[in-house]
Amino acid sequence: MVKDKMDSEFSLIKPKTLNEVRAMIRKHKRNDFIFSSIGLLTIIFALLTLLILFVDLVMDGYPKLNYEFFTDFPSRRAAHAGILSAWVGSSLIMLVTFITAVPMGVAAGVYLEEYAPKNWFTDIIEINVTNLSGVPSIIYGLLALGLFVYTFHLGQTIVTAGLTLGLLMLPIVIVSTREAIRSIPIAIREAAYAVGATKWQVVLHHVIQYSFGGILTGIIIGMARALGETAPIITVGALTFIAFLPPAPISSSAPFISFEWLQSGFTVLPIQMFSWLSRPEHAFHINAAAAGVVIILLTLLMNSTAIWLRYRIRKNIKW
Amino acid sequence: MAITPLQDPPISKRLAKNIKRNFIERIIEIILLFAALAATFITLGIVYILVTEASGFFREVSVIEFLTSRQWSPLFEDAHYGILPLVSGTLTTSFVALMIAIPIGTIAAIYLSEFASHKTRESVKPILELLVGVPTVVFGYFTLLFVTPLLQKLNPDLPTFNMLGAGIVMGVMIIPYIASVAEDAMKAVPMHMREGSYAMGATKFQTAIRVVTPAATSGIIAAYILGISRAVGETMVVAIAAGQQPSFTFNPLEGAATITAYIVQVAMGDLPHGSLGYQSIFAAGMVLFLLTFLFNILGHMARKRFAERY
Repeated sequence: MVKDKMDSEFSLIKPKTLNEVRAMIRKHKRNDFIFSSIGLLTIIFALLTLLILFVDLVMDGYPKLNYEFFTDFPSRRAAHAGILSAWVGSSLIMLVTFITAVPMGVAAGVYLEEYAPKNWFTDIIEINVTNLSGVPSIIYGLLALGLFVYTFHLGQTIVTAGLTLGLLMLPIVIVSTREAIRSIPIAIREAAYAVGATKWQVVLHHVIQYSFGGILTGIIIGMARALGETAPIITVGALTFIAFLPPAPISSSAPFISFEWLQSGFTVLPIQMFSWLSRPEHAFHINAAAAGVVIILLTLLMNSTAIWLRYRIRKNIKW
Repeated sequence: MAITPLQDPPISKRLAKNIKRNFIERIIEIILLFAALAATFITLGIVYILVTEASGFFREVSVIEFLTSRQWSPLFEDAHYGILPLVSGTLTTSFVALMIAIPIGTIAAIYLSEFASHKTRESVKPILELLVGVPTVVFGYFTLLFVTPLLQKLNPDLPTFNMLGAGIVMGVMIIPYIASVAEDAMKAVPMHMREGSYAMGATKFQTAIRVVTPAATSGIIAAYILGISRAVGETMVVAIAAGQQPSFTFNPLEGAATITAYIVQVAMGDLPHGSLGYQSIFAAGMVLFLLTFLFNILGHMARKRFAERY
């Protein structure tokens, strides 16, 4: 039985003439070349498609991108409509998001990497972080609607939107903090312990300092994501037509700093674009394109800063 | 020469007894623990909100009607509450998206990992990352004002709001994501496996298809599953361009609302808190959450397998 099987397997390998071998090699080399070309063409095709889309957007929006566009409120007349309330709203919300997500995310990342014991409890936290980064953003919107708007009665305000995006950004900050911390060699910590530092001193003076670049990369990517996020902000109730600005956070008279703006209604850049896009008139579509250019430029700028930063860190640090 | 015993205990022992120092350390650890627990609280919060709001919905609507009725019209006089039309819309747009993203993403990943020169890879990878970061509302613009008009030239019967255009753009949107996750999985295949293959006289293509791809299968599948999860949860593209009318159809040439598009549509309106229409978005959200949760767990499991492999 076994011998028969072996015989039949060996019989598959027939002796080949030199010409046959040469033909075979040629065929395989051709396959290599064909796939390599298909691969390159596919990538070029995909990137070109996206490039065409972006160029189309810029060409549509270009005539509208002037100074007034940034200083006008939205209007019923497309020609006079601008994104003043949208970019002010976006900036203020980003501020709240930053304050919410960054300290909490970095602290959570530090805990999971430096403090957490290896047990089921830590596993549960880790699974949660992984799962949260895959939850669709609109679900965060529903959470915020049920929790912040109707349970905590924060209303449909800047603080609600900021907190919502903060929650959305939290897993991104946690994951990047952990990755940055993990790349620091154990020897650094041991050296600090050896001269009598406590765990927190090691973390604060060494671990966080050396992983700062990596953490910053994650924060920027998270902020860029929060800036472009539309769905959760719609669910918490952004208004699409806002012709006023929130009260200024800084005033010239005492007490100089006011937090009234947190309670203000708001709109953000992506919502403004969405609402213009939903209108049937072509003139508003031009406004939408212009707003799109602004959003894309901002997110590209932030993301490329982050990528450049990470590249520099990788290049410079040799442990 | 006898060794004289130390008079004082070593510094480390004295520090260990420093109560203030230890107290502060404990406090800090507890604060950090609470920050880490925030992730758990968010998940619990999501589940709590979805369950409480949806339970109000299911007091009025039977679960059987919800899962079997083929009509979804909670906001009309003649209200029907069958989730199937929304699910069919979600699955159809996701299917179209994956038909685009999986083949192109896979080919791109194989090319980048096995064929591309170092220079090409180093310049394409950051571009992929940048593309993952483009806000989805912008892709909604492309769908409505560029891709759909183009498709209408090919097929004049196509309605302005259709699932085909939305699916295609979603596919293009997911390509970078699938390509970069799959490429990471292939890069993780150890070099000596490739070298073994080359030593036997295999070409690059044979090595890529018969050695690297099988070894990276679980990672590639993880990329697909995470791609599916993204397509299912994608909101703005479908809300802008796939249509607002729930209808039970799997034909991408028609327009139909997805789960996410329905939630956006209701949220844009002004439904009173506690009404059945308001609660219906939480019931729809729960279905969406369970769908993506399922895919995420599957993807996570597949990913874990490829990480442990070598």
